[in-house]
Amino acid sequence: MNPTLHAVLVFLETWWVELVSGVVIVAVVPLVAGYIVLVERKLMADMQARLGPMRVGPHGLLQPIADAVKLLIKEDIIPDNADKMVFWMAPVVSMTAALTSMGAIAFGPAFQVARDINVGLLFVIGVSSLGIFGIVLGGWASNSHYSIMGALRSTAQLVSYETAAGLALISGLLLAGTLKIRAIVDAQQHFGVWFVFLAPVAFFIYVVASIAETNRAPFDLPEAESELVAGYMTEYSGFRWALYFLGEYANMIVVGAVATTLFLGGWLRPFPNVRWMNWLDALPALFTAAVGAYCVYRAGKQPVRVQTWFMWGVALACFVVALILAVPLLVAPLKFLVPGLHGAFWFLLKISAYIYLFMWLRFTLPRYRFDQLMHLGWYILIPLAIVNVLAVGVAMILEMEYGWNRWLAMLLTTVITLATALFLLRLNDKRAAAASSAAPPPEEPSTEDSYAG
Amino acid sequence: MQDDAAQNQTLLGADELVLNMGPQHPSTHGVLRVKLKLDGERVRGTECVIGYLHRGVEKIAENRSYQQFAPYVDRMDYVAAVSNGLGYCEAVEKLLNVEAPPRAKVIRTIMTELQRIASHLVWLGTHALDIGALTPLFYCLREREEILKIFEKYCGARLTTHAFRIGGLQYEAYDSFEKDVERFCKDFERRIQEYVDLLTGNSIWIGRTRNVGVLSAEDCIALGASGPVLRASGVKWDLRKAQPYAAYDQYNFQIPVGTNGDTYDRYMVRMEEMRQSRLICLQAIENIPAGPILGKVGKVLKPPAGEIYHSIEAPKGILGYYIVSDGTTQPYRVRIRPPSFINLQALDKMARGHLVADVVAIIGTLDIVLGEVDR
Amino acid sequence: MQIPLDNDLTKRYREQFGAAILDAVEDRKQAYLVIAAAQLAEIAGYSRDVEKFDLLEDYTAVDWPRREKRFDLVAILYSFPHNLRLRLKIPLADGETASSLVEIWPTANWLEREIFDMFGISFSGHPDMKRILLPEEWQGHPLRKDYDILQQDTAWVRENLGIESGQ
Repeated sequence: MNPTLHAVLVFLETWWVELVSGVVIVAVVPLVAGYIVLVERKLMADMQARLGPMRVGPHGLLQPIADAVKLLIKEDIIPDNADKMVFWMAPVVSMTAALTSMGAIAFGPAFQVARDINVGLLFVIGVSSLGIFGIVLGGWASNSHYSIMGALRSTAQLVSYETAAGLALISGLLLAGTLKIRAIVDAQQHFGVWFVFLAPVAFFIYVVASIAETNRAPFDLPEAESELVAGYMTEYSGFRWALYFLGEYANMIVVGAVATTLFLGGWLRPFPNVRWMNWLDALPALFTAAVGAYCVYRAGKQPVRVQTWFMWGVALACFVVALILAVPLLVAPLKFLVPGLHGAFWFLLKISAYIYLFMWLRFTLPRYRFDQLMHLGWYILIPLAIVNVLAVGVAMILEMEYGWNRWLAMLLTTVITLATALFLLRLNDKRAAAASSAAPPPEEPSTEDSYAG
Repeated sequence: MQDDAAQNQTLLGADELVLNMGPQHPSTHGVLRVKLKLDGERVRGTECVIGYLHRGVEKIAENRSYQQFAPYVDRMDYVAAVSNGLGYCEAVEKLLNVEAPPRAKVIRTIMTELQRIASHLVWLGTHALDIGALTPLFYCLREREEILKIFEKYCGARLTTHAFRIGGLQYEAYDSFEKDVERFCKDFERRIQEYVDLLTGNSIWIGRTRNVGVLSAEDCIALGASGPVLRASGVKWDLRKAQPYAAYDQYNFQIPVGTNGDTYDRYMVRMEEMRQSRLICLQAIENIPAGPILGKVGKVLKPPAGEIYHSIEAPKGILGYYIVSDGTTQPYRVRIRPPSFINLQALDKMARGHLVADVVAIIGTLDIVLGEVDR
Repeated sequence: MQIPLDNDLTKRYREQFGAAILDAVEDRKQAYLVIAAAQLAEIAGYSRDVEKFDLLEDYTAVDWPRREKRFDLVAILYSFPHNLRLRLKIPLADGETASSLVEIWPTANWLEREIFDMFGISFSGHPDMKRILLPEEWQGHPLRKDYDILQQDTAWVRENLGIESGQ
């Protein structure tokens, strides 16, 4: 046999899973991101008493595809004074980091994306943080004031909040005792409880920090539309801009997956070990069937025949998924499919809920100012995260060495952490009050920024 | 911050960064251009460059008859066209020494107060959007739509209404006018509560607006800032009370005042003004006097030579008209005192020492309309 | 409708400044004083500090090309304590400068720039005397009565298209 061909075959034999996953990620994530954008626009429209996209497809269901086509055929503009090479590379870096970090995520017991490496969670966090290089380089290469200010804000913000997020994850990891994605979920099954109930403060810190990390409102300062036009993306257009956008939404999926894995029980259904709650297994099939039924109901109200057919198509797809979810439950020989299929369902549902929370906050809250953001990060979240890590550690020692009841230990330490949080907030308010009274405005603006959750 | 000697020295000894904000920028409310001198993100000075929307309204006036010019004033502050029209019509009436009949006065008052609410709603929505809250904008536009529908039913136009005529009104109020206004006012109380829920107690909102852009009462008067900006600094002064015009002397309403003169106070003052305007409308529709709607003015207006200055409390501040007549059918000179133009002058004082994000909040809180700044 | 005015206020002004108060008139129940440009700053300062006209509500000009002093500067003052308005009129010949009121009322800054922009009256002591609404390179001052509306247009056409404008 030709030695080159042989080498290629050996390579493929060893790495085919990763290669296939890579192709799948690159193919699927843009589509998913596009539809997340559509969902976001629809939700925003609903909360703002309007309709949102309605023109392309029934209820705008084909809008993401129209948007993608529009972005692809747009003129590609590179500013004259830009550093062309870096300008070209920056969005690629940003998106690559976001997509790569997906490799280690498992979307269910049967859907490990690439492989279950032993530093899984660390890999995800580490690689997704590399995306900041894309932002900084893009901001610098654009050679524009708005871009560089956005990039600088982004760097400072990521450095501050990555610390808090990392410390929050450590609290969860202490409980899990491993970095392997699958083992973390197994640990929660073993404990019989999601870690969010054991370390609520850590989860809260992670939620806040992950919003900041993904540059979402109310922490969207790097691209603060009303201040910096579009921050680091100001000079980008067309497909390059789309890459940044894609990276941002992929990042949202990643942080959602991390939070779900570590705090929300991964692919476990609620009450995984309680036998009389087994009826919950029927929920996935019923849920998708209900969505399908709603589509059938809406199909009759479509103004155009094509839209009616399209609605019927969507309904049919829902029913098929419901069937796929239901059949293994009812047919004994297919029982082995249940954990995989249902696990994926629950996992995706939890990520969706997490992303929904992000969106909800974005529509509701005004934006922080930069100094307030920094104060929140350094004066409140990071100290709180440190205290929380210590408290969780203490609780585990109490439980393992002194045989305390787990819940009692956790309750005690959570109360201590919350007391610290209150203390930090008070301290911060006092500092702000002192700052504003010491230097009368407008020379020194107030730095008051109590965070009420 | 630093003392005067170190004024040109930035914190890290680097050069000042000059950031050009506008005229195409999402939150300069039109075509305002501000040159920001920055030390990092801290503002060391601002310079407004205006005039991008200059149409020479005052020159146009010299080449039109008095009636012909009336629609032009609607194009200045185009989110409060009715108020502009009221000011102009009353000024010319004073010049002619005629008075609008009582019925016209009351309807004018109702329309102007509705316009004040509409104008404040546009302010609130865009101001909140500048500070990053997306949703209030759409709620505000939803309510404004109801007001515009009333305008549309009344005179056929929504934005640049040209609702009044010199000497009174062109149109009689339509059949269900009172009912529409009442329905809007009844509904509006509940709607205001929605904005209050979203913003007033929100700690991010408070953090972004408290102690931002503080203007003392002395500064306000020295800089000529008027309207809600002046009242938020604690000056209890409103032309509707001080020198009542139209039918304002017949109604009970309060003048809301602030204490600190910061962005949050201006927000609170404008919110309360909307409630007060609502109360004025409710009082006014209860008793609209019967009678003619147009006073005794001829087809051709020839005011005797002389001059007049008349000002009203527009949603944005004192809107004044200084009209000189030379006895012909065309005004010899029309000078418009635009509240936005003069309030915008305070930007430099308010923005110094703040961050870039605050400049956006301050431009929003000044409630400027570039059509009026540039005229 | 103009009638000579002789109330306490004008008496005080006349006492204080004598010949600088050229005239005091009431027109449709609104009072104005005609004052000499030379004493503008003193009279303005007196108005603010003693008579408590603390707000310069508006500051503008009117062009009367056939008069000997072709411009009237018009300052509209308002007093918060007395709820009273007063207009000051300052006749000014073409090319004459008036002293700036920025020191007395900071709000005069942009208003004086606008007067300069529209009428070509310059103010001595103004910190930043340049056009405000029109571009720097604009020719002429539009609110003068002899300003030719078409000249900017024809000049542009001649310069950029190389033909005579048909207007």
